[in-house]
Amino acid sequence: MDSDEDIMYDDDYDDSGNESSGDDDVEFAMVEEPNNPKERQELDEYPYEVLTTEQILQHMNECMKEVNIVVEMPSTVIRMLLNHFRWDKEKLMERYYDGDPEKLFTEAHVASPFAKMAVPAKIAKKEHRRTGPSVEECEICLSTLPSSVMSGLECGHRFCVSCWAEYLTTKIMSEGIGQTISCAAHNCEILIDDATVMKLVPDAKVRLKYQHLITNSFVECNRLLRWCPSPDCSSVIRVQHVESRPVTCRCGHTFCFACGNNWHEPVRCTLLRKWIKKCDDDSETSNWIAANTKECPKCKATIEKDGGCNHMVCKNSHCKTEFCWVCLGPWEPHGTSWYNCNRYDEDEARAARDAQERSRAALQRYLFYCNRYMNHMQSLRLEHKHYATVKEKMEEMQQHNMSWIEVQFLKKAVDILCQCRQTLMYTYVFAYYLKKNNQSVIFEDNQRDLETATEKLSEYLERDITQENLVDIKQKVQDKYRYCDSRRRVLAEHVYEGYDKEWWEYND
Amino acid sequence: MAGLPRRIIKETQRLMAEPVPGISAVPDEQNARYFHVVVAGPEGSPFEGGVFKLELFLPEEYPMSAPKVRFMTKIYHPNIDKLGRICLDILKDKWSPALQIRTVLLSIQALLSAPNPDDPLANDVAELWKVNEAEAIRNAREWTRTYAMGNI
Repeated sequence: MDSDEDIMYDDDYDDSGNESSGDDDVEFAMVEEPNNPKERQELDEYPYEVLTTEQILQHMNECMKEVNIVVEMPSTVIRMLLNHFRWDKEKLMERYYDGDPEKLFTEAHVASPFAKMAVPAKIAKKEHRRTGPSVEECEICLSTLPSSVMSGLECGHRFCVSCWAEYLTTKIMSEGIGQTISCAAHNCEILIDDATVMKLVPDAKVRLKYQHLITNSFVECNRLLRWCPSPDCSSVIRVQHVESRPVTCRCGHTFCFACGNNWHEPVRCTLLRKWIKKCDDDSETSNWIAANTKECPKCKATIEKDGGCNHMVCKNSHCKTEFCWVCLGPWEPHGTSWYNCNRYDEDEARAARDAQERSRAALQRYLFYCNRYMNHMQSLRLEHKHYATVKEKMEEMQQHNMSWIEVQFLKKAVDILCQCRQTLMYTYVFAYYLKKNNQSVIFEDNQRDLETATEKLSEYLERDITQENLVDIKQKVQDKYRYCDSRRRVLAEHVYEGYDKEWWEYND
Repeated sequence: MAGLPRRIIKETQRLMAEPVPGISAVPDEQNARYFHVVVAGPEGSPFEGGVFKLELFLPEEYPMSAPKVRFMTKIYHPNIDKLGRICLDILKDKWSPALQIRTVLLSIQALLSAPNPDDPLANDVAELWKVNEAEAIRNAREWTRTYAMGNI
């Protein structure tokens, strides 16, 4: 029985799948997805695969089969149980053999696959009591219908197929629930298995969404899998162990497997996360604050002066300090001569200004790194536009008797330019948190070299390439990008060496 | 309005034919999805003798989503706030399309008999209900007399 179920389940995910329902359009929507062979890529000995949604399903089925070989239950029950244990096979097996499988089914809200025999009798009785053996009332649409259009799970709650379809569609499409749709009856927590959903939902679009919800929860529960974060891409990267490494999806997007952000060499995920949060929180705000406000010299509340005289009274009810807006010194000695504020050098006022300067300096420092980070990000965006112009140029050159291979250097140059921009961008995140020491000075030198070289390369690519200067420019561009690439590697290697040897000390 | 689903027509007919004791629900003349509801305070509860007006609306998605129900009469109850909103699981995540207007109103009636201060909506009421139940019940009686008697 179990192997039958298993095969049926697999069929579902292929294209036939019209097992029992008699619906003529029970074909699985997944067929639209391309059926590419597995792509195994290797980069710096960090092996990973790019999987299509369909391959994820295969992978999911394989996981279920592994369990099935041992515990022999219908695949769909295994899927629900595995999901209950967040796809931890060992945990499931352990619990399963730990004693009471029925208790396990109840806990996971799964209809017991072993209780099937008991159910038909119960339903038959129910039918009989109500309206005779051949018709039943659907409790959702309140119509009296022939039993042939009624359906339900092992819990015995039966509704008509069109109400089921509407119920499941609402759950899937409006509420975005896939993995945990329970029976439509009140207080019944039995979960609905895939085969039943597929049988009862006629709309291909809804089934596709259901599929996505199921795969999504599978991918999200699994540490070794990650969706490609690029918009409209539905591929999944599968690795053998989690590490902060770049992975490139089929769609061309390169990102860090560990955190899902764009590849951020040389900075580490934790610092990047901190940085992104900081930027999200206050980049624009802090600009404005720096330009328009001062702090109360006592309680440090930020104050915007929106009019009135320079005699300030802090509005903070615990503070109420009176001070001079111009010199930040206490108001008292100013008396009535505030207009000239001739107290500039008073000790207290100086101390207040110093404190303020320190906090402004911290802000200035942040803005310094933030601006450069943003600037490289912006340039990176612009360099991406180069691809289009470069492509045009390459075509033009090929029309002028150059071979395809001879013009590839241009694309290569843009590739490297973008890589360098990206690295530079993240060096400023790293530098922001870095405490000054001998190694950090070397790092800054490397950063400067790479920056200069990158700007040069960018400049060369902006130049007009003509038939006459082509040979010369090709040579120069090639020299430049080789140099840039080597500088980028040197910088990255230095940072990584620092990680190993614990050279780096951080602020905050 | 677009045609009323068969389910709503049937449910309304049955509600009229076999009303629930202590509850009346009458569809609005203009809008068959809007019901004027009156619930009698259950015997033995501090709401006994009171007559509580409610409004009930069946949204477009009904019965796939729950009806919207609200008390129109002020009531002193830990699970009903001063706007008349009700904290009841079947009106939220525990809604099932197999539930009906009838079952919803019965649940609300049951909620009046058995307030649940551990899952409060009106915090101050729930607080008092837990610390000094006698006083809370006195308040509930008082409110029932003031707002739910003789003004329907």
